[in-house]
Amino acid sequence: MAEARLRVEAAGPHVSFQDAGRFGWMRYGVPASGPMDRVAHTAASLALGQPAGATAVEVSMGGLTLSCRAGVVSVAVCGGGFQCDHDGTRLEGWSVMRLDAGQTLTVRAGGWGSWCYLAVAGEIVCDRWLGHSATHAASGLGGGRIAAGQEIVVTDARVCEDREGALPAPRPLASPLRLAAVAGPQEALFESGALDLFTGEMFEVSPAFDRMGLRLEGPRLATQDALSIPSEPLLRGAVQVAGDGVASVLLADHQTTGGYPKIATLLSTETDRLAQARPGDRLRFELVEPDEAVRRVRKALSERRALLDEIAVPRGTFSQRLLSSNLISGVTNGEPGAG
Amino acid sequence: MSGWPRFRAVADHALLVSFGDEISDAVSAEVLALDRALQDTPPGGVTECIPAMVNLLIDFDPLETDHAQLQRSVEGLLGRPLDERLQPTERVVEVCYDPDLAPDLTAVAETTGLSPDEVIEAHLSGDYQVRMYGFAPGYAYMSGVPKALRVPRKPAAVREVPAGSVIIAGGQCLVTTLTMPTGWSVIGRSPTRILTDDAEHPFLFDVGDRVRFVRVARAALAAERSDG
Repeated sequence: MAEARLRVEAAGPHVSFQDAGRFGWMRYGVPASGPMDRVAHTAASLALGQPAGATAVEVSMGGLTLSCRAGVVSVAVCGGGFQCDHDGTRLEGWSVMRLDAGQTLTVRAGGWGSWCYLAVAGEIVCDRWLGHSATHAASGLGGGRIAAGQEIVVTDARVCEDREGALPAPRPLASPLRLAAVAGPQEALFESGALDLFTGEMFEVSPAFDRMGLRLEGPRLATQDALSIPSEPLLRGAVQVAGDGVASVLLADHQTTGGYPKIATLLSTETDRLAQARPGDRLRFELVEPDEAVRRVRKALSERRALLDEIAVPRGTFSQRLLSSNLISGVTNGEPGAG
Repeated sequence: MSGWPRFRAVADHALLVSFGDEISDAVSAEVLALDRALQDTPPGGVTECIPAMVNLLIDFDPLETDHAQLQRSVEGLLGRPLDERLQPTERVVEVCYDPDLAPDLTAVAETTGLSPDEVIEAHLSGDYQVRMYGFAPGYAYMSGVPKALRVPRKPAAVREVPAGSVIIAGGQCLVTTLTMPTGWSVIGRSPTRILTDDAEHPFLFDVGDRVRFVRVARAALAAERSDG
């Protein structure tokens, strides 16, 4: 079996192994964890013909540098506007490239986005917990955090020449980023006017942003003596408000229960976009009714599927692509009046 | 109990079913009964259920169902008789109360007016039940701390409290599974593993389990830890 060994030369904070997440354990205090941006994570694996939930490396804005010490393997880099330096050649993210022994790859934050995924054509060897490599940052359970000096071993390493090159990339986040949510479940415990502030005013992502969630800067959302509701289940996307009136949005490593009131909960497809925001980015919230939320998510998932299907299709080897472009240009040139 | 249970749609993918505003044995029993019914007969599209103090959150796949359809299924389950569905399992948790493993035992004794031995006796005499998990993986919140032993949380959390600490605050007790900060009082250390490393049954407790604490000598602690 072909093996590739990738040495971690440098890794920012919060760089970790993540598969799609461990679902079904919230009743035991275990959030799904998994990627902060599930679309980019899935794209990276599909771009290599890997299964959608395969283990990949989640790269934070701190970046990652790998050097290939042995073997050869194709890798895909997808997420935000992250960029790559592939052995001296600068590439945009959202591309597939081959990493030969002796070559170095740096993934670094670009014009936008907070998280990026590096998937490999093969299988990453790492720890699992409850059957998954998704890393829960606070406990380190799962594949674990990645640090300089460690080696990432890839088994069944393959090269997929027919997949190399640029992938369709998403557009940068709009500013302000508009996010849809359903009110509650405790909107009734806020002072009157709090919901109007929530939907009418601008919020900003604060620097307090990690895998558990992000704190917002913006208007204070005052609660009516609601700081001691019995602890209840929490979900990714919950907008909870602490005693100081400051709102936070829970993300991949959220606590599974808590006692702060929630003014709203984001639609499931919105949390991936929010996770790509950066401190200082502006946000606006919109409230929709639950049935409208289901309709919107179904539509968003169908659009997501179309993007991922496009990314999953091999673009052909270099010679195949050369041949097809010759054929096309040949036909075009042959048409009367063309050129 | 008019007006209960209450249903609330949460985002596009969950339904919160609440049985009351305040924590009580009766409300908890209703949460557990619905939880059990949902496990026995999960309605289509349900992905997981999270029981808590007064309510239960049902997470679902929005491609397969929606809030209204799921609410109808849950209402159908609520009509069922409770009968034999609630047979709580009793779990035994060992605790060593040696002073260096119980840094807050003296302070708890001072606050409650008990002697340290009486604090230990009171803790061992409690009738505990797991009401929910939260905070971190395997943190099981148990009700049942005797009234004489109830102390408030500390004003500020203490960092790096070791895994296996037995901690109390108000009427609640839990055994920590990770080295994490806590504002609760540390009154002992347990060798009993809540994260069991058993793939078939990775967590010692299910929500609803009864728990009994038994005192062990320090030797048991050392023996158990060396297994892991």
